[in-house]
Amino acid sequence: MTDAGGRFSPLQRALHWLMAAMVVAMLFIGVGMVSTLHPRYLVLIAIHKPLGIAILVLAVLRLGVRLRRGAPPLPADLPWWQAAGAKASHVLLYALLIVMPLVGWSMLSAGGYPIVLYGPIHLPQIVPHDDALHAILRAAHAWLAYLFFVTILLHVAAALFHALVRRDGVFQSMASWRR
Amino acid sequence: MAGPGKSDDKRGVHAVAALALIAVVIAAAAGAFAYTGGWFSPHRLTPDRMVDALSRRGGDPLGHRRNHAKGICFTGEFAANGAGARLSIAPMLAAGHYPVIGRFAIAVGDPQAPDAAGRVRSMAVRIAAPDGEEWRSGMNNSPVFVVATPEEFYQITRAQDLDPAAGKPDPAAMQRFLATHPDSAVFNEWAKTAPWTTSFADQTYNSLNAFRFIDAAGRSRLVRWSMQTTVAPHEVPYDALAALGPDFLEADLERRLAQGALRWNLVVTLAAPGDPSNNATKAWPANRETVAVGMLVVRHAQDEADGPCRDYNYDPTILPVGIQPSDDPLLPARSAAYAKSFDLRAAEAADYPRTPPRSEASR
Ligand code: HEM
Ligand code: HEM
Ligand code: HEM
Repeated sequence: MTDAGGRFSPLQRALHWLMAAMVVAMLFIGVGMVSTLHPRYLVLIAIHKPLGIAILVLAVLRLGVRLRRGAPPLPADLPWWQAAGAKASHVLLYALLIVMPLVGWSMLSAGGYPIVLYGPIHLPQIVPHDDALHAILRAAHAWLAYLFFVTILLHVAAALFHALVRRDGVFQSMASWRR
Repeated sequence: MAGPGKSDDKRGVHAVAALALIAVVIAAAAGAFAYTGGWFSPHRLTPDRMVDALSRRGGDPLGHRRNHAKGICFTGEFAANGAGARLSIAPMLAAGHYPVIGRFAIAVGDPQAPDAAGRVRSMAVRIAAPDGEEWRSGMNNSPVFVVATPEEFYQITRAQDLDPAAGKPDPAAMQRFLATHPDSAVFNEWAKTAPWTTSFADQTYNSLNAFRFIDAAGRSRLVRWSMQTTVAPHEVPYDALAALGPDFLEADLERRLAQGALRWNLVVTLAAPGDPSNNATKAWPANRETVAVGMLVVRHAQDEADGPCRDYNYDPTILPVGIQPSDDPLLPARSAAYAKSFDLRAAEAADYPRTPPRSEASR
């Protein structure tokens, strides 16, 4: 179960904040690297791939934890459309956490690129080498990234709305550090 | 206790302040994201701008590489003699045979350009090892590169912008660039004086950029490499090329391969202390130690439209373990720009049919 104080379990909170930092970093690294010819390009892309795959691994783990542990109930007085919005956005966030890295991985596969995580550590190709497929996946990787960023902005705005305006404990359910 | 009205007022003010704070936080985050992506930096040299400049040199590049646009695929193998294994742990330097997919090209923006327009000829290779390691390299036949930095490459590319009235670049723009960039003199001298030949086969192709070889003990050595031709050059005056037709290089390659394989020696040059790692306009002195690490055997050529090289990106930073980029600023810029060019041409595949129209197929 989630913990007694109506919060997410410590593991869920730890995963949430760790992955929040990783995803925000990935989005900034992504748009930063595709807009520069500077030597930092090679450094950023070398971070982008293993960090993205780490997100995939953690997301699968986190989804498993979520399905077993559940989430604390939302306040009963929350208007139905806000509750529905919260649910839908969380489903979308989980979906993007898993789909984004898979699109990155398959786009490199379709482009005929070796998928190097670090030194000799490679991932296998997961889709055939095919330029039409590459074109679709490359565009999807960019558009889904923008969707991801906008969803996170709404998510943060909503979290702060709970914390500062409604003060209903929803923010604390994820943000409180008390054990 | 304050009356209900007063406390409601306070809560109202507080809520407005909170909403304003939230708006500021979200706007700041969105602004930082846009700034990182270059939306506020119209002068940042981005892959888009670089590739866009390369695409504006005439012809219809849709579906084609944005530089070295005209080329032909080849296949063959790299026969490593094992001599490179002491310098680098790259698996394809251990004695053995490794399959190669490559491409010969001329360094032009227009895929329909006549071959005589290509002062620079190039060879690209993808050498594959059984464990999935790859060594991709794009090499030119000039002894040095024309500029040392991506910014200068952008400027010299812009100097080739088509003048809409004349339908060709303004020669004065190039003159201005060369007059203000003395580093380009060595390349320019080569471009003016090097003999013209009628073949891809009689050219030596050079990595130009420096790389690092890492050996089994972890020692890192600064290197450059060359594919040295084994064919005697067939020199002709420039004016004789026109009579050979627009595609004489492709025709010559196919003619030679019909007779048998073509060979190049892959020779690695080791830098001495003080040799520049980050300036491709500077040749290293001729007396540097060299190691011949094997032979490239080219067996078959294929039309690019449906050839195996078409859908590869010969990004020079796709390297096996045991080979790393140096600090040459051209290498990251090449990687970023080649990816952009690859993304564009893959998405434009419909503009470059895999089965060329009859007239072209039977040229
Ligand atoms: C940086 C500021 C962030 C804040 C203040 C924040 C806050 C919160 C809060 C308070 C909750 C709990 C909502 C509830 O009780 O149902 C939550 C849930 C969630 N957050 Fe965040 N978050 C942030 C960033 C992110 C990022 C970057 C992601 C990226 C993927 C993310 C993904 C999620 C997901 C998937 C849930 C649902 C958890 C579940 O139901 O299992 N959050 N967040
Ligand atoms: C949560 C996961 C990920 C996020 C948020 C993310 C985000 C981004 C963003 C924002 C871009 C720039 C898109 C554009 O504006 O064109 C990008 C590009 C890219 N991403 Fe990802 N990415 C993720 C995972 C991955 C993974 C797992 C890989 C590969 C293993 C990958 C490989 C790439 C590549 C190759 C590029 C393009 C580089 C170029 O064209 O120069 N990404 N990513
Ligand atoms: C900042 C400098 C440079 C830029 C921006 C640049 C840009 C490009 C681009 C966009 C392509 C087409 C890539 C594709 O679509 O696959 C290309 C191809 C090529 N470039 Fe460069 N280039 C640069 C420097 C160099 C240097 C220093 C060399 C030296 C050897 C070189 C050799 C080649 C070769 C051989 C190809 C053809 C690869 C093939 O056959 O697929 N380039 N270049």
